Amino acid sequence: MLARLRAYFDSSGVLEVDTPILSSAAATDPVLASLATRISGARGDGGLPFYMQTSPELAMKRLLAADVGSIYQICKVFRGQERGRLHHPEFSLLEWYRTGWDHHRLMDEVAEVVRAALDRPEMPAERLTYQELFQQALGVDPWRASADDLAAAALRAGIPDATRLELDKNGWLDLLLTQRLESRLGQDGMTFVYDYPSTQAALARVRDGQCPAAERFELYIRGVELANGFHELADPAEQRQRFQSDLERRRALGLEQPPVDNRFLAALEAGLPDCSGVALGIDRLLMIAVGADHIDAVLSFPVERA
Amino acid sequence: MASYSTNEFKGGLKIMLDGDPYTIVENEFVKPGKGQAFNRVRVRNLKTGRVVEKTFKSGDSVEAADVHDTEMQYLYNDGEEWHFMDPDSFEQMMADANAVAEAAKWIKEQDICKVTLWNGVPLSVEPPNFVTLEITETDPGLKGDTSGGGGKPATLETGAVVRVPLFVQTGELIKVDTRSGEYVSRAKDA
Repeated sequence: MLARLRAYFDSSGVLEVDTPILSSAAATDPVLASLATRISGARGDGGLPFYMQTSPELAMKRLLAADVGSIYQICKVFRGQERGRLHHPEFSLLEWYRTGWDHHRLMDEVAEVVRAALDRPEMPAERLTYQELFQQALGVDPWRASADDLAAAALRAGIPDATRLELDKNGWLDLLLTQRLESRLGQDGMTFVYDYPSTQAALARVRDGQCPAAERFELYIRGVELANGFHELADPAEQRQRFQSDLERRRALGLEQPPVDNRFLAALEAGLPDCSGVALGIDRLLMIAVGADHIDAVLSFPVERA
Repeated sequence: MASYSTNEFKGGLKIMLDGDPYTIVENEFVKPGKGQAFNRVRVRNLKTGRVVEKTFKSGDSVEAADVHDTEMQYLYNDGEEWHFMDPDSFEQMMADANAVAEAAKWIKEQDICKVTLWNGVPLSVEPPNFVTLEITETDPGLKGDTSGGGGKPATLETGAVVRVPLFVQTGELIKVDTRSGEYVSRAKDA
């Protein structure tokens, strides 16, 4: 599968790159937990930690800002506190960026890459917006609904124990998505969900309008979230603001305050070309290729036996 | 009181929910790549045996239930309570009909049972997988019948009724699988 992926990108003129796994900065997103390590003699004689990447995104964007053009990378990434049927703290990502493309054009290419990797040239792909998904399946508009409306929708949808949970609006959206909506996505091929609420923009640019939408997409196959892509945010001031609000939410949740990646912010100041990027979970793609139910089936040695 | 974080959830873990002790049957971690993580768990109420589904925000913690299993010897029934003894410490305990439940059909004096204690009090009793019991009443079988086909009800010394082959007679000892409630074989001695 790795050979097929590399063959695809090599023939499309996308350059393979290799960025460091260790960084002096860490992901600020409160839902991501970075692992850390220390190196004697570096960063104040082992005083300060290095963080293992949760994704190669920021390093790859520094390369994009240096005008390397479209690039891809296959690498290991690390996320603490994630273990389950579809989660392993160390996993493989295929991440790539296309300069001058928006997220729709990139969705076309993601479908092509998946078809090539799975050797299923006829595999169909459909698209629907995040708003359509919620309206069609649950009859709620994720833009207009309040946290209480969503809690009521969760009760109607029969989510066990919904009344006991204390969640904010995004939490309720995530609950409904993971417990009631994901399983129906990508049952006949690929389903792309796109244009997310601006509160779930992560590193995507937000399109202004009546319902401001983050230009972000997710790919699902057989109910499994396989890829997440953005029309990339390039505005350094807004990026800095998002890092700050991440840190504030982390503080409110009593989470660690990781160092912000100032070198990445400097790269945005210098200018990130208009581009879209996507990260695709290779282990999950392998699970789909071989029909595995558990990620352990496609790992050589799961972490419990590493 | 000790507590468990959802990160520690796994099958068999004993937790308290709404004042009742539960055991985790199945734990699934679900998380959107850029969103809130949840643990979707199936739990069995240790008092009622009912299995229900619950959802937790990952990172939340739940009170641990002081529940553990011990091997105890069944001594006698005083008409209301079943008396058990820890064979090591000789400590005795009483279990009520709720705790003994179905096990009452199978156990007789001296049997070693698995007694589940909650806060030191018997919560449930599991009989041995196989017990040997005497048939106190069954219809006489037909001559020459072999173990194939048919069968007839037989009442055992504990009051349980099981289906036995036609050739098995009143006064005989039989071996029964308590998990299925089925006859296994004739037994020579208790």
